[in-house]
Amino acid sequence: MNILEADNIVKDYTGHRALDNVTVHVPEGSVYGLLGPNGAGKTTLIRIINHITAPDQGTVTFMGEPLTADSVAHIGYLPEERGLYKKMKVGDQAVFFARLKGLSTKDATTRLKDWFERLEISDWWDKKVEELSKGMAQKVQFIITVLHEPRLLIFDEPFSGFDPINANILKREILRLRDNGATVIFSTHNMSSVEELCDSITLINKSRNILSGSVEEVKQRYSDGNYRLTFNGDAGQLATAIEPFVNAWHGTDHDGELILSLKDNDARRPLIAAANDAVDLLGFESILPSMDNIFIQAVNSYKEPENA
Amino acid sequence: MFKNIGIIIGREYYQRVHRKSFIISTLLMPIVLVALMALPALIMIMAEPDNNRIAVIDRSGVVLPALAGNEEMTFVPTDLSLDSAKVSEDYDAVLAIGPDIITNPSNVQIYTHNAMSMPTSQVISQQIASAVESKRLEKYNIANLDKIMAEVKADVTLREFRLEDGEETESSSIASYAISLITMMILYMFILMYGQMVMTSIIEEKNNRVLEVVVSSVRPTALMMGKISGIGLVALTQMVIWGIIIYAFTAFGMPLLISDMSGGADMDAMAAIQSIGNVGYMMSIFAMMTLLMLLGYLFYASIYAAIGAAVDNIQDASQLQTFAIVPIIASLIFGMGACTDPNSAMSFWMSMIPLTSPMVMMARVPAGVPGWELALSLAILAVFTVLTIWLSAKIYRVGIFMYGKKPTPRDLIRWARYK
Repeated sequence: MNILEADNIVKDYTGHRALDNVTVHVPEGSVYGLLGPNGAGKTTLIRIINHITAPDQGTVTFMGEPLTADSVAHIGYLPEERGLYKKMKVGDQAVFFARLKGLSTKDATTRLKDWFERLEISDWWDKKVEELSKGMAQKVQFIITVLHEPRLLIFDEPFSGFDPINANILKREILRLRDNGATVIFSTHNMSSVEELCDSITLINKSRNILSGSVEEVKQRYSDGNYRLTFNGDAGQLATAIEPFVNAWHGTDHDGELILSLKDNDARRPLIAAANDAVDLLGFESILPSMDNIFIQAVNSYKEPENA
Repeated sequence: MFKNIGIIIGREYYQRVHRKSFIISTLLMPIVLVALMALPALIMIMAEPDNNRIAVIDRSGVVLPALAGNEEMTFVPTDLSLDSAKVSEDYDAVLAIGPDIITNPSNVQIYTHNAMSMPTSQVISQQIASAVESKRLEKYNIANLDKIMAEVKADVTLREFRLEDGEETESSSIASYAISLITMMILYMFILMYGQMVMTSIIEEKNNRVLEVVVSSVRPTALMMGKISGIGLVALTQMVIWGIIIYAFTAFGMPLLISDMSGGADMDAMAAIQSIGNVGYMMSIFAMMTLLMLLGYLFYASIYAAIGAAVDNIQDASQLQTFAIVPIIASLIFGMGACTDPNSAMSFWMSMIPLTSPMVMMARVPAGVPGWELALSLAILAVFTVLTIWLSAKIYRVGIFMYGKKPTPRDLIRWARYK
């Protein structure tokens, strides 16, 4: 089931179409990557999901019902540009934001103490935000985002500004939230974190959705059908043995490795059997492109439709 | 739509009222104000005026016996010549009276080392005039002249009454002038200070992007209204605390001062002090000031809110701020005029036009304003306040998401037109 369905969203600003017929379906309980170059329209889409701005056309369905102002109580949003009230104490501030999301002061305080303990920042409670470092403030803001246990979490570049140790703590917490039933939307340029965390993605470019699907499926789609075969033994003998199933050979720099494409997908099992007889077979795998490559390829090959 | 506005107001209020600067300024200002009000009275009680020694060279022989010294001056007869008296260090001034003073009253000169104060020179010329007049009267040989003169003498002190709904209230134009000026200045300070506070606070929120998080749970319009209301409540709190202090001062402090100086002080000052000590009058002024402050604040704060939402930083705000500052300064200028002449046509019209009306009306109130004028002015102001808030909310809604380019007034109009 999809927790969020944004269908055919159009949003115009003066002299500029920020979103053009964008459709995004986010499956419940998944980590969903919202990708795209700077200025593609991601933030506008996030603002629409957050009910900050309204789309000019299209519908947004959240938890099976049209998105309303009340829906945002179930959404947590961590914007790319982090901001907290500088003069306010950390604890007071966290309680303030929690109350805006509908928690009582008492509930908010209990939950906050719990979170502060888990992230080992309990002694920050009475500090003013201006006394915190950037990374510290981001931790506080992360807690504020997730405190009301929203069903949908939206993180815009959550790892920027974090050292690797804290970034890992954050990843751990994000996956824990997903395991507890939350759905996560990730907006990022960091493709390695996409490969690590995301189940599905949507790539937005020049206000349009140009690529959607699960990470696996997208990788398959962008795969050029090449396989890597690693082995111990005589390369010539191997080549002769599997020759009938191979469509083309590709160069490789490594001994004990062959890169090839198959005549058809049914050829995999006989090829493995033949290779196994000829040499000591170490591995046979489909070569999938990295998300980085997919991103670059998809954006570069994208041509705007005529009469846009 | 406005369900979270209470939380926003609470934060704005609590964060500000808890600051040290608020507590200090709230307690210090009335002390300064009371000191300003009580200063003239205190000076009258405490001050020891300088005593000027005035050498008198009376060549007529008739004026000297009639000259009576007072706290400020002593007349000393001298045999020195004019030139030597002028250089003598013993005297602050030399008064030379011509021998023909009775027939030629202009033949009198005074030489001083320092410029003579107006009252002093008036006192001296009056004394000489009455000496000359009584000498002239003597020539008519009227019997019982002294008795007649004493009977004829009249001391006039004008007591002023204001006619209001058929009732007479004792008033003092000096007091109402002073109160007009002070209350108008307080209003000016409040509108400017708290209006700008709204603006800077919005710029700050926009600048550090906290706004982005807040608007994901609060409608922008509710956020703007919450901020304006929260800061307005801070202003109101400050005003009420001051009101209590002023009440305590007029109800308990002024009677003490008045009884302390009942002897000697002149009637004008007494009337002025009495009307400041009139608790009912002062409280009605205070109530009016609070009402005008609230409406004026709402009006200007919403203009400031739109300006704050339109820019990214305080530097960019200076140009747009003109929209708020020019009418506020104009109010101050017209308000000054209304303090001295509360019922002129200019004062009337300026107290009706919503941009200047809060302050100009405040300047007119202490001298008494007909009820219908007050009601009309407040009604016009209220209508325009609602309109301004509505317009500002439209600009605010768009402006808070605009970064980068410094907007022109034309941009603001365009934003206001967005659906």
